[in-house]
Amino acid sequence: MKINFTHHQTAHCENGVISNLLKHQGYEVSEPMVFGIGSGLFFVYLPFLKVNYAPVFSYRPMPGLIFKRFAKRVGIQIKSHKFKHPEEAEKVLEEELRKNNPVGLQVGVFNLTYFPDEYRFHFNAHNMVVYGKEDDRYLISDPVMEDTTSLSSKELSKVRFAKGAFAPKGHMYYPVSYPEQLELDEAILKGIKQTCRDMLAPVPIVGVKAMRLVAKKIRKWPAKKGTKVANHYLGQLVRMQEEIGTGGGGFRFIYAAFLQEAAPIINKPVLRELSTEMTQIGDAWRDFAVDASRIYKQRSSQTDGYNQIADQLVDLSKREEAFFKELKQAIA
Amino acid sequence: MKKEEVPQDESNLASANFRELCYAVDEEGNYITENSTGWDPKTIALNNAIEEINERIADAKKRVEQNVTSPIEYYMEKQKMDLPILASYMGLWKWQVKRHFKPKVFAKLSAKLRQKYADVFDISVEQLNDIHR
Repeated sequence: MKINFTHHQTAHCENGVISNLLKHQGYEVSEPMVFGIGSGLFFVYLPFLKVNYAPVFSYRPMPGLIFKRFAKRVGIQIKSHKFKHPEEAEKVLEEELRKNNPVGLQVGVFNLTYFPDEYRFHFNAHNMVVYGKEDDRYLISDPVMEDTTSLSSKELSKVRFAKGAFAPKGHMYYPVSYPEQLELDEAILKGIKQTCRDMLAPVPIVGVKAMRLVAKKIRKWPAKKGTKVANHYLGQLVRMQEEIGTGGGGFRFIYAAFLQEAAPIINKPVLRELSTEMTQIGDAWRDFAVDASRIYKQRSSQTDGYNQIADQLVDLSKREEAFFKELKQAIA
Repeated sequence: MKKEEVPQDESNLASANFRELCYAVDEEGNYITENSTGWDPKTIALNNAIEEINERIADAKKRVEQNVTSPIEYYMEKQKMDLPILASYMGLWKWQVKRHFKPKVFAKLSAKLRQKYADVFDISVEQLNDIHR
């Protein structure tokens, strides 16, 4: 069985699955629109949580949150299942496919055989669509891939029941009811408001304040942690910013695309100008990555270099603070 | 980022014939998407991270040979796992797994647990018992 499903490549898996499932139902919703309405832009620093032997920096909210907010704000109902047993998970998946219903799955990346080896880490919040089964192979539309692919039932079961943080437990989801017409205006405003609130939050580990806190830490890394660890932390920060799915510049370019698309819908031409400003901020994030990479490429621990990129990060936080204040005003 | 600035550097993506999607602006300032083969600043960061994992594996191997840790720690590193992830796959507490790192404890490990570790690491029990197999 094979459902007539059109695969579109997107930058990020979570936006991509929603956007592709909606397009399948005839609703044209772009990836940036899902991202913006779901308030996908974010910055958080979790020093007390270590992943890959480095503190957690994230340019996006918790996995699943963008999806949840988007669905709620545009009035789509999602049905979602989790399972104890792989056999049951496969049975329910096959039932849905037989009903001609493509479904979203949450999976672990480590055993995704079609990913380049270097990218296979124990990250359990990846998303894909399954749209059929032929000769014991499930047909997969993984939104970050250029083309569709497939996995054997054994392989699929393995990634659906990956263990560790965010273990998917076979998590399967699909939209069950839609409003007659997607009303985006209100949803866009809600999405923007929340992003402004998040980025300007009076909390030291969230938004622009978190960037300043990270900048402060960066200055101390070489002396406090030694060259190796300091380089590793810096590499981790850049990887989170530029990893597959971010669309470049820590999601800033996707957000700029969203503002541009939203401007005519909510009739606020000023959003187009703000989109240009966000693009420039994204470019500054790219410069930050280039300069940081110079340090860890040379395995340098010169405090000068670290101070310099910390200054860049402080500058970025100031620009984003001004930006989100302006954006908040623009939609008030 | 302008369309022509979307980086096309050589990267590990090539091994899977894979280009990622980036967002950029065209000449009129409109957003479009463009594929990228990779970008050096992040390729370097990824390569460094992989190098660190390889160092951890080599270090664990050395300690298994010196009989200061058990093969479980070596295979854990080899599978890019850490203690919480391995404990989660095994359905054990972290301290239990850590105890199995002790060569003396490992030597007395039941056949059932050995099989389970082997399954999690996707290797045979013989390989689990001897990392040179």
